[in-house]
Amino acid sequence: MSELPTTHDTGAWSLPRRGEPVLSVRDLHVEFRTRRGTLQAVRGVSWDVEPGETLAILGESGSGKSVSAQAVMGLIDSPPGHITSGSIHFRGRDLLGAPEVEQRRVRAEGVSIIFQDALTALNPVFTVGWQIAELFRVHRGLGRREAYQRAGDLLDRVGIPSARQRLHEYPHQFSGGMRQRAMIAMALALEPDVLIADEPTTALDVTVQAQIMDLLTDLQRDLGMGLVLITHDLAVVADVADRVAVMYAGRVVETGRVREVFTDPAHPYTLGLMRSIPPLERRTASLDPIRGTPPNPGALPVGCAFAPRCAFARDRCREEDPALEVVEAGRASACHFSEEVRRDG
Amino acid sequence: MGRYILRRILQMVPVVICATFLIYAMNFALPGDPVRALGGERPLPEEVQEQIRDRYNLDDPLLVQYGKYMGNVLQGDLGESLAVRRGTDVSDIIADTWPVTALLALVAFAFEIVIGIGAGVVAALRSGSFLDNLVRGSTILIVSVPIFVIGLVAQIVFGVRLGILPVAGTAQGWVSYILPGFVLAAVSLAYVSRITRNSLMENLRADYVRTATAKGLSRRRVVGRHALRNSMIPVVTFLAFDLGTLLSGTIVTEGIFNLNGIGGIAFDAIRQQDGTVVVGIVTMFVLIFVLANLIVDILYAVLDPRIRYD
Repeated sequence: MSELPTTHDTGAWSLPRRGEPVLSVRDLHVEFRTRRGTLQAVRGVSWDVEPGETLAILGESGSGKSVSAQAVMGLIDSPPGHITSGSIHFRGRDLLGAPEVEQRRVRAEGVSIIFQDALTALNPVFTVGWQIAELFRVHRGLGRREAYQRAGDLLDRVGIPSARQRLHEYPHQFSGGMRQRAMIAMALALEPDVLIADEPTTALDVTVQAQIMDLLTDLQRDLGMGLVLITHDLAVVADVADRVAVMYAGRVVETGRVREVFTDPAHPYTLGLMRSIPPLERRTASLDPIRGTPPNPGALPVGCAFAPRCAFARDRCREEDPALEVVEAGRASACHFSEEVRRDG
Repeated sequence: MGRYILRRILQMVPVVICATFLIYAMNFALPGDPVRALGGERPLPEEVQEQIRDRYNLDDPLLVQYGKYMGNVLQGDLGESLAVRRGTDVSDIIADTWPVTALLALVAFAFEIVIGIGAGVVAALRSGSFLDNLVRGSTILIVSVPIFVIGLVAQIVFGVRLGILPVAGTAQGWVSYILPGFVLAAVSLAYVSRITRNSLMENLRADYVRTATAKGLSRRRVVGRHALRNSMIPVVTFLAFDLGTLLSGTIVTEGIFNLNGIGGIAFDAIRQQDGTVVVGIVTMFVLIFVLANLIVDILYAVLDPRIRYD
């Protein structure tokens, strides 16, 4: 367990809090400049994560939910991607302004990431053991034998049977679930303070999904690390996350503790998501999806980006983009009419 | 791995048989009578012609001739030249001219690997830059200019004007091979740099490169260890095929630079219908080509572990 408190009475991004965040993203703007124009992928996103805490970043494809994580890991290809403003702090140190060497050290030991598709995320021409051992050899200066020894321990730890033998196998010889376990082993090799999991179970079978989520939460508890879970899966968020940041069109539209956000949404988009869940008791219920489609990030509407799909929208929404404002302790929403939304929801 | 290699070697046998038979048959089918041609203006006496035909089994049907020929080849006897160097063993002719051609091809191959891959990597890492455009522009230029033009220009510039490299011949040892080697390599070199560039650029966008970056590895290690090895797979394919092409493509270059290699002999032998020489040389080329392919297939399995288990 983490030595720091994990309660979130004051857990909103903008409020004073008990725990010190280990990783925090502040007002991050990322745009992609293409020939057809500039896409604003992320427009002022802020989030942070404490040791031992799970933050879910929830959003649909194209909402920019992965972009801030990629920015943390230095994975935004430039060109076309550009971080135009904002900051990323790890243990209080600004990462974006730090020299390359320090950024690399943080990526190696401070924050690691796992991806949706472990088959393409692992290098096909090296053994799984080699790819894990590489971390110990490059960053810890260990010899070959000891590095492989540690890699074997890790594979064992993430529940891969006969781990020692499987060290010498290639990624294509692993099953989907085993590959994701190997990715997790690699990400945890140097005991990072934060693990970012970018849709870690989307490519897996449902039964395997549950196993991987269990493994992640077990490891998180054992290592006391912060977990940033990027997902579009409401059930996973409800299951494992402490706090959630709901993203829409490149912005965080609502944030707070998961139970409160899910039971009492303060943003029409979150409300729409909750209403689109098929209820268990009515077997033939027709779903209530959010009407319309997300806006093109190259041509965002003036004012609130959700307004064209919003039942609560007024003239003000089409003129003025609402800021993310505190609605109660530990909760914030980016809606002019959040109180009305909460009354209605 | 051992079984994979053994299987590949066994697969070579029918290839070699088919290829040599095709060459033999084509040579057999050539119009004209090589024995008559020997006499030129003054026809040889009938008895002499008979004797020669008999000695070289020229009256037998194709399959019998081929069978006898292959029987001799397996015993290390490639026959003797009828015309080009009359009476000399084909194996001696090959032994005599082979080193020149092999050295030429190897120098060309080295240029191809070092400059071709090097330029491709630089172009990929600096894509869109001046260097990238320079590489892309010069490759188009090289590919579109005939090789003898490149050869003559290189001779004039480096041999005559600058005087830093020998213009022709092999009198100055390996230095003599630099210019012809480069000219022979030119076109392939352009292809190699193109293939390397595209393959590396594609791999640099791959997910596993993202993972390597996220592991906090240096850019150098991400490119050099992770991306480059995957990118080399198509390059190695091309290089292997090209080794055969280089060897058989030396005729023009040997001519331009006045090198007494196997290409020149092969050219003369075809013109003078010297069947044993043509078939002997081509059979050797086929063997080299097939061996080169075997090496590629093994290299493949080393580069890409997924292949071994297919």
